[in-house]
Amino acid sequence: MATIAKSAAEIARAVNARECSAREMIDATMDRIAAVEPQVGAFLSVLERQARESADALDARIAAGERFPLAGVPLAVKDNLALDGTVTTCGSKMLERWVAPYTATAVRSMLAAGAIPVGKANMDEFAMGSSCENSALGVTRNPYDLHRVPGGSSGGSAASVAAHEAAIALGSDTGGSIREPAAFCNLVGFKPTYGRISRYGLIAFASSLDQIGPLTRSVEDAALAYDAMAGFDPMDATSVDRSVEPTAGTLREDLHGLRIGVVKQFDTHKLGADIDDVYDRALHDLEALGAEIVEVELPTADYGLATYYLIAPAECSSNLARFDGVRYGLRVDGVDVAEMNERTRAAGFGPEVKRRILIGTYALSSGYYDAYYVRAQKARTLVARDFAKAFEKCDLIAAPATSSPAFRFQSKSDPYSMYLMDYYTIPMSLAGLPALSVPCGWVTPEGGERPMPLGLQLTAPLFAERPLLAAAHAYERATMHAAKHGTEVVEVAR
Amino acid sequence: MRYEAVIGIECHVELKTASKMFCGCANRFGAEPNTLVCPVCLGMPGALPVPNAAAIEYMIRAGLAFNAAIPSFSKFDRKNYFYPDMPKNYQISQYDMPLTQGGVVRYWLEDGTLHECRLTRIHLEEDTGKSTHAGSGDGRIAGSAYSLVDFNRAGVPLMECVSEPDLRSAEEAVAFLEMLRRTLMAIGVSDVKMEEGSLRCDANVSIRPFGSESYGTKTEIKNMNSFRSVRRAIESEIARQSAMLDAGERIVQETLGWDEANGTTISMRSKELAHDYRYFPDPDLVPMEISAERVSAVRAKMPPLPIERFERYTKAYGFNIKQTAQLIDAPEIAEFFDRSVEVSKQPQQTQNFVLGDLSRLANESGIAIHQSPVSPEHLGELVALVEAKTINSKIAKELLARMWAGEGSPKAIVEREGLAQTSDPAALARFVDEVLAANAASVAEYRAGKSNVFGFLVGAVMKSSRGKADPAAVNALLRERLGG
Ligand SMILES: [Zn+2]
Repeated sequence: MATIAKSAAEIARAVNARECSAREMIDATMDRIAAVEPQVGAFLSVLERQARESADALDARIAAGERFPLAGVPLAVKDNLALDGTVTTCGSKMLERWVAPYTATAVRSMLAAGAIPVGKANMDEFAMGSSCENSALGVTRNPYDLHRVPGGSSGGSAASVAAHEAAIALGSDTGGSIREPAAFCNLVGFKPTYGRISRYGLIAFASSLDQIGPLTRSVEDAALAYDAMAGFDPMDATSVDRSVEPTAGTLREDLHGLRIGVVKQFDTHKLGADIDDVYDRALHDLEALGAEIVEVELPTADYGLATYYLIAPAECSSNLARFDGVRYGLRVDGVDVAEMNERTRAAGFGPEVKRRILIGTYALSSGYYDAYYVRAQKARTLVARDFAKAFEKCDLIAAPATSSPAFRFQSKSDPYSMYLMDYYTIPMSLAGLPALSVPCGWVTPEGGERPMPLGLQLTAPLFAERPLLAAAHAYERATMHAAKHGTEVVEVAR
Repeated sequence: MRYEAVIGIECHVELKTASKMFCGCANRFGAEPNTLVCPVCLGMPGALPVPNAAAIEYMIRAGLAFNAAIPSFSKFDRKNYFYPDMPKNYQISQYDMPLTQGGVVRYWLEDGTLHECRLTRIHLEEDTGKSTHAGSGDGRIAGSAYSLVDFNRAGVPLMECVSEPDLRSAEEAVAFLEMLRRTLMAIGVSDVKMEEGSLRCDANVSIRPFGSESYGTKTEIKNMNSFRSVRRAIESEIARQSAMLDAGERIVQETLGWDEANGTTISMRSKELAHDYRYFPDPDLVPMEISAERVSAVRAKMPPLPIERFERYTKAYGFNIKQTAQLIDAPEIAEFFDRSVEVSKQPQQTQNFVLGDLSRLANESGIAIHQSPVSPEHLGELVALVEAKTINSKIAKELLARMWAGEGSPKAIVEREGLAQTSDPAALARFVDEVLAANAASVAEYRAGKSNVFGFLVGAVMKSSRGKADPAAVNALLRERLGG
């Protein structure tokens, strides 16, 4: 049982050294999944047979002398990533029985590095949501408080790693869908620069914003996963053809010489005294590690949300048009093709997906296109320009990952209050910047029984993943916030 | 009343790249349904498009062929609408920044006159799949029991070419299309086969009184499957509109289908009138920068264009329109001809050989001229040999047959076998004297007044010279010897 408490780095080292086999690792993981999954509900499907077979195959290769950077690491794969031969649902009735006929490039990279997929993780339907409550196919609970949401949209990914059902999870982040659940589940959640990791095989929500990244229990593990996945892919025209420097070997223990910007517009006082204290202390800790804290401005940050909720729905209204019952997925018959399309889409999509398709269709309509979509694109350019200016004064930007810790189920009943959850993460997505959330402290929410984790969001200039991970590692090592609290679900029997 | 027609053409041309526009699937006509498909061209969840660089080069070629501007910046947009043979329910196309802008098609009519039709733009997009409707008896969707979709064609690169309304008759429209077709074939970007659907066109037609500057209400004709049906459909539509105006009726702007069997246009008005395609830049594809260097590189590799040949053949070479068209419409033969002329420097004589003896040999053998053992350079040599009077036309014919059989350079054969025409007086005199001596009876007959024996004697001299003697010189010498 203890093996599954290890980090991905430790697992890979042990499996490569043949101290334990990949098969033992996977068997232990499957036992763990069987034990906690009824409470957590992280997975929509568990790949038990495939995982054991892959582990055996990997063990044979290791026995033959091969070594892998992620040897035997149990991997959770968000269910919007194609994995050949597995049901890939996007958390939607539309794809409830759709078997992917190919494997996403990022997943393929993880497989090549020796990671072993153990399950497909639950998510908000088509990655639209911030709590995982929009999944049409299952409920995922926060392992730190089962009455609370794990965050979203990569909620299953976050819950699986927090509950030790996997050592690394792949998520996707469009406006905060990796960073927010990572913050809610006491994890490191890392969204690299847009274009760093191929999107081929990631079922699109908003193509110009979607980016794959890891959710892990340590910065080092995030760096290992990033190193495995980053790089140009000829199958993705938006992937960046630019050399990638490995990050895992360059993690730091201090922050000397680093200027960290604090955004004037991101005033944490309004988040309440407890939360404000956590973020204040985080800044002090960064300073104590040698960083210089400087104030920077993002004057357009407040337009982020409105901009995002035009661009992302506009793209999704087009991206999701392909789900029409003709070739794959759900089909509800009608008297003709048009009626079949309508009935299929009416039955297959949940309310939030329909809402965004409608918003996006409207924003792209003739007569409204210039007023909405074109202006949103202009605003997006301004947001990116603000960041570029801010990075003239600092090397990294520190900000909250979320405005609150994980909330209770059904407590955000109107869509707008849910959209506000992404206030701090959306601007970075609009600018395509690399950003991560790292555990930074605990607060006991009002009416809550136990402390819940918070995340510190660090953001770097485009393609500066290396200093970003290095700094996050130094902060993580110095503070060790993640280990300060736990629950039965997240503690592994010793 | 007689009216002037105003016609614009919109056509779609499939590019003959090896692979499809945004994936690696083969771009091929006639394969088993749904065998040339992959996650990308089936619009599978998560699959992404990557542009085919060859298709973009083909577009640049087409733009250059019609003298269009190639903007330095271009992009792909999504055209959103639901259709079951369109896998993503949007088509990747180009909206406001096409790869080429403007340009002109210069074409000729049967009388040899040159005309121009301006182009609005040529843009690049992906083709859709193809639906087949079963159970309705006539292949139409109405009343069908089910429909089948073949996605082999989905994602094939498709060039959309839109003309300005510069055409004034069905004849001009067809001549324009023929020019477009032969040009696209010559630059190697498409097979341009209407019967296989690699060329599809629609026509916008309106009429107005002669002399009027404003346009009448236009209709759009679809479903024209051959140049012949384009001509018939436009003529029929002009007649229909003229009759309506004469009767004081108003023309309605609508889409019409051409009914080939009945020879009429029929209204195809559907309930979805004004489509809002919600164009927006495709976020899966990055904007394209087309550098001046890239355009120059394509320009440097451009083959000769039909319009250039037309002007050279008719103006510099003085060929008539029939011979000109015959050469241009067989681009390989035109290429063969041009290379021959470079060697022979004799366009007319070379053309006589190419369209005459060589074409006859090609027809008899079933082997195309450009695939025969006769190289254009060797034909050029042959023409030059005749022109220099090194050989006479009879020997030239024999040589051509031997070249066709694979014997190579005519010059080499002539040198090797000493076939060069003889006009050396001493040698000629020897041949003539030998013949006269051997044919004393014929000489006597000739002198007795049977003048037709003269031809026999000439032939005998030619024969004993093995054809090398210059016939004119033989004639003169014989007459001299025979005394008048
Ligand atoms: Zn394909």
